[in-house]
Amino acid sequence: MKKILIKQGRIIDPANNIDGVGPLFIAEGKIVSVINEPDDFSPDEVIDAGNQIVCPGFIDLSCRLREPGQSRKATYKSETRAAASGGVTTLCLQPDTIPVIDTPAVAELIRELADKAEYRQIYPIAALTQKLEGTELSSMLALKQAGCIAVGNASQPVWNLLVLRRAMEYAASHDLLLMFRPNDYWLGNNGCAHEGTVATRYGLPGIPAAAETIALAHCLELVELTGCRVHFGQLSCKRSVIKIQQAKQDGLNVSADVAIHQLHLTEDDIAPFDSAFHVLPPLRTEADKQYLRLGLAGGAIDSLCSDHQPHDMDAKLGAFPETEPGISSLETLLPLMLKLVEEQAITLMQGVARLSTDPARILQLNSGALTSGWTADVCIFDPELNWQVNADNWQSSGINTPFWGKMMKGRVTHTLQTGKTIFCLKKD
Amino acid sequence: MTDNMQLNSEGKLKHFLTIEGLSKGLLTEILDTAESFIGMSDQQVKKVPLLRGKTIVNLFFENSTRTRTTFELAAKRLSADVLSISIATSSTAKGESLLDTIRNLEAMFVDMFVVRHAISGAAHFIARHAAPHISVINAGDGQHAHPTQAMLDMFTIRQIKHDFSQLRVAIIGDILHSRVARSEILALNTLGAAEVRVIAPKTLLPAHVESLGVSVSHNLTEGLKDIDVIIMLRLQKERMTSALLPSESEYFKCFGLTEEKLTYAKPDAIVMHPGPINRGVEIDSKVADGPQSVILKQVSNGIAIRMAIMAMAMQKQGLAL
Amino acid sequence: MLEIPQLLDNLETSLKRAIAERKLANPLMIGIRTGGVWVAEQMHRRLAIIEPLGLLDISFYRDDFSQIGVNPNVKPSQLPINIEGRNIILIDDVFYTGRTIRAALNEIFDYGRPNQVVLGVLIERNGKQIPLSPDCIGASITLDQDRRIKLTGPAPLAIDVQTINAMV
Repeated sequence: MKKILIKQGRIIDPANNIDGVGPLFIAEGKIVSVINEPDDFSPDEVIDAGNQIVCPGFIDLSCRLREPGQSRKATYKSETRAAASGGVTTLCLQPDTIPVIDTPAVAELIRELADKAEYRQIYPIAALTQKLEGTELSSMLALKQAGCIAVGNASQPVWNLLVLRRAMEYAASHDLLLMFRPNDYWLGNNGCAHEGTVATRYGLPGIPAAAETIALAHCLELVELTGCRVHFGQLSCKRSVIKIQQAKQDGLNVSADVAIHQLHLTEDDIAPFDSAFHVLPPLRTEADKQYLRLGLAGGAIDSLCSDHQPHDMDAKLGAFPETEPGISSLETLLPLMLKLVEEQAITLMQGVARLSTDPARILQLNSGALTSGWTADVCIFDPELNWQVNADNWQSSGINTPFWGKMMKGRVTHTLQTGKTIFCLKKD
Repeated sequence: MTDNMQLNSEGKLKHFLTIEGLSKGLLTEILDTAESFIGMSDQQVKKVPLLRGKTIVNLFFENSTRTRTTFELAAKRLSADVLSISIATSSTAKGESLLDTIRNLEAMFVDMFVVRHAISGAAHFIARHAAPHISVINAGDGQHAHPTQAMLDMFTIRQIKHDFSQLRVAIIGDILHSRVARSEILALNTLGAAEVRVIAPKTLLPAHVESLGVSVSHNLTEGLKDIDVIIMLRLQKERMTSALLPSESEYFKCFGLTEEKLTYAKPDAIVMHPGPINRGVEIDSKVADGPQSVILKQVSNGIAIRMAIMAMAMQKQGLAL
Repeated sequence: MLEIPQLLDNLETSLKRAIAERKLANPLMIGIRTGGVWVAEQMHRRLAIIEPLGLLDISFYRDDFSQIGVNPNVKPSQLPINIEGRNIILIDDVFYTGRTIRAALNEIFDYGRPNQVVLGVLIERNGKQIPLSPDCIGASITLDQDRRIKLTGPAPLAIDVQTINAMV
């Protein structure tokens, strides 16, 4: 394995409290040291990171690669390239593949697909219940042993609270994290937009904020009851942030993330009936957005994620309610995080932390930091580079993003995963 | 918000999808144009050659005999060739079949689609993806809009009451699921109505309904005070089985328009209904057939308004832009 | 020199001659809105026609719909029920390109098949684009290409000549 020197970059490593210009030394796929040159270090490769930022590779807590089962939308090849170009070196795969990740065989298949795509740090999230139907527990231990990092309900409802309780108890007994997306099916009422002024005007079936906060409250009570560690995924409303804050104050072992686009877009940004804005949970109000930002800065919300959901063209072609929800978002993760910093919602250190240190902590991984001896997952990016979201600059198979055609500021130039360069931006 | 895709580069009507984004001037022009078509029904020659040689396709994904026939008649009176297609939507019908249907018809050189669909946004989708020379008229999409109905109701109101700025209008019934209500509220506010009031039980009102520019009442007799125009909405039977209302008789007791309840409005108030009427559910027969009812006038105005909208949407098509 | 009284007299004389020569029994007079109606009202009185004057609005029959669109101020035409076999005296104020008369004829024939149509205009001017011509005229004049002649009214009736701008 090569010796790599990354020189003259501004190193931002929140876990080790580093923010300064200096060199980064990598060998044998691991971090050797930061700033302090090790003895006899003659690098095989030198990467010039002048005027760029060097930070831990990003860890994405919610991602869909569409294989197995939906290769029409995307493949590991295209999406891992997207991840690499977005500076993401570790990602968690949601269990709603086809078939669902509820047997070790599927987990092993995923590992094979990851190997073939030469992107190894893909951690499947096991389904909480068999087929994600919310009735029978899945074989969580076998799945954990097959490499699943947590259990989750993807976006599927768990109808029966007794089942949820039992599933949480079982997960807790095997020390498994539950990654839970709260949504009450009945209150959600097959809606496709936030139940508010915009949905009313466009006659779109609405999802009230209560659908999320009520399911969140149910689960929080069960955390109290079962002792299961829970991470709440892709929250979207003010009252959810308040509940998480309160739960943490009460000493519950919970965490939360928010999808990056929820911090930038609201229901008012929805171009009339433009399915690029069809997401679940839906884009909510300005007040929700501001509160999510506050929660992110204050720590009630621990992490950012992409909630990457690439789609084929047909999935988005139709009247708004008929289209499939989801945004292809790995490649806009970094510039949108930087935009939050520019808008002074968070500091740069916090932004990097929410994408690296904090998700690592949630997943209990020795990762997300440039700690000596840890795997060399590194992201180097130019915070000033302007680029347009278009076919020339896009790796993902899914072009379903409301940011298509828009200018972004900040772009990854190099990504290293376990010391190997998996992405390098070509200069033309 | 995006530019108003309903207008062409000269600000003239190209698509008619929703009242939203259209100016008072344009709405008034539609009403005036319809005026000139009104006299035609009495004439011996009911046709004019305005759209001769043009092909209009009525694409009805949702069944409606009454709306479809008025659009057909309107198109024929403009001397256009008309094709009516009723497409049953299966539960798996998605963007593919919608687009494929459009493309197949475009290949036969059509000029206009009149679209009715059960899903909000369908007409916008078709307008966005149809060939550039084609105009799209929304004949009702999901819960979003039914702009031609709103215009014919505005026309009827103007015929009788003349001045919108003094009018207080009540819309009564299932506002939540009503595309007619949404379009009427927009039209009334754009034309400068003094007040638009919605009267309904809370379960039948959409969230933040006031943001549409209306005042709200949950009580019929209070809500009818000082009202000049009453627009009744149809109550669909399905509402009774989806935990929205307990029963038809309870609804009728609270919100049904009877002769007695009608007295709470102004004495010269008019009663309108976009149809079809559920007698004894939202409105009493005596009122529907009574002297204050203008329901039949609405029906006969329907053709003239649709002729006006179709003619206006097809004009300027000869110009190279 | 165009004087209204002289023009009206000329047209009246010409129409009386045509009625005699072409044996227009029980003629129906139709005026084309708006200027044609004003002239027709005069002729209707002078020729002592008892049957009410027919009024024709050709807005919906114009051939330039796709350029100029729908006129929102159209009043319906008023013609008697039966055109079939009638002798029609069609009156307009100015005959120019001929398109108005073509539209008028199309509309009249949609109502039925007349026996004869005789066209009388107050002023005929150069610039014909369709192979039609008036049978009876008040006067025939020549104008430059950039000038337009219009009848204003109804009282008093007057001739208005305008120059249209080159950049229109």
